[in-house]
Amino acid sequence: MSDAHSIASSEHHEPSFSTKAIWKTFWILLIITVAELVLAILYYETDFLPKHFLNGIFVIGTLAKAFFIIAEFMHLRHEIKNLILSLAIPALLFIWFIIAFLWDGNSYKNLRNDYDRHHLEQSKTKAPEAKKPGAAD
Amino acid sequence: MSQAIPAGTKWWNGGKSPYNVEYGKLMMWFFLMSDAFTFGAFLISYGTIRFSSNSWPNPNEVFRSFPIVGEMKIPLAFVSLMTFILIMSSVTMVLAVANGHAGKKYEVAKWLGWTIVGGFAFLGCQAWEWTHLHHEGAWWGRNPFLNIDGTQSSTNFTNFFFTITGFHGFHVFSGVIINIIMLIMTLKGSFEKRGHYLMIEKAGLYWHFVDLVWVFVFTCFYLL
Repeated sequence: MSDAHSIASSEHHEPSFSTKAIWKTFWILLIITVAELVLAILYYETDFLPKHFLNGIFVIGTLAKAFFIIAEFMHLRHEIKNLILSLAIPALLFIWFIIAFLWDGNSYKNLRNDYDRHHLEQSKTKAPEAKKPGAAD
Repeated sequence: MSQAIPAGTKWWNGGKSPYNVEYGKLMMWFFLMSDAFTFGAFLISYGTIRFSSNSWPNPNEVFRSFPIVGEMKIPLAFVSLMTFILIMSSVTMVLAVANGHAGKKYEVAKWLGWTIVGGFAFLGCQAWEWTHLHHEGAWWGRNPFLNIDGTQSSTNFTNFFFTITGFHGFHVFSGVIINIIMLIMTLKGSFEKRGHYLMIEKAGLYWHFVDLVWVFVFTCFYLL
């Protein structure tokens, strides 16, 4: 495969793609997606696992899929370290971003339930019978 | 992967790209980075609102319809099909890029064509889903679905759903347009004249990014 990029511009040495790796990535992505789906449907039918635990599995599956898409399909794994780090380090901001905002949302919910009893009562009242499609909120 | 880069290369001494990629490709990466933060902001604000709500609609109840067979009551079947289509079109895009490396014009055109077909299939599915939800009474500002505990839900759920899947659908649509332009340029021989198919690679990065975002949208709206 060394002559695969003979036509590519001479200044940049782009590593070539291997079709085998592409299909392997495809199967990994497919298997993760199907597994997530099966778990979601099983949970819907049987409640076999605590939802929080299941959500953890979904998040891990999603991150794994993201890794394979970026690393193999977008070919980042085969680029040089400078490029990988220039993209990966800013992406770390997401960790703070997610924790901070979800924390804030949760805290707002708790404060509101504590100090706005009317809101709490309302959010515990069952809605009247199922609405007809097309009804306004 | 073997690369023709001598060990101990001093990347930051000037005279060459410290990233060892072509300018346009680097800029595509940085654009995607900023786009990732845009989508991230959308999805995280969705998460924040969801965390601040006492209850939320159950996606398995909302998304359980399949075209033609109607209310088949298989939760998530249709959206899985959409996910499969998008992953598949990502594969055909990589194959187009890989053939571009080998300089095979008609192979590139063939796989680009399949990618475009996949893009249209995804958009068609999304159009069907939106139409279906709209018939059920869901739209921006309208939410017919009750919360999972049977209480009245706010319109936050539908507002976020239509905004985020709409924004993603718009990205898919622009990706299809870009791929069509790439296909025309390939067939016209523009890249052959240039001597390389790097443009296909940049379009490919964008297309994979669209797939990547869908992975997160899928998890946030349909699974969690």
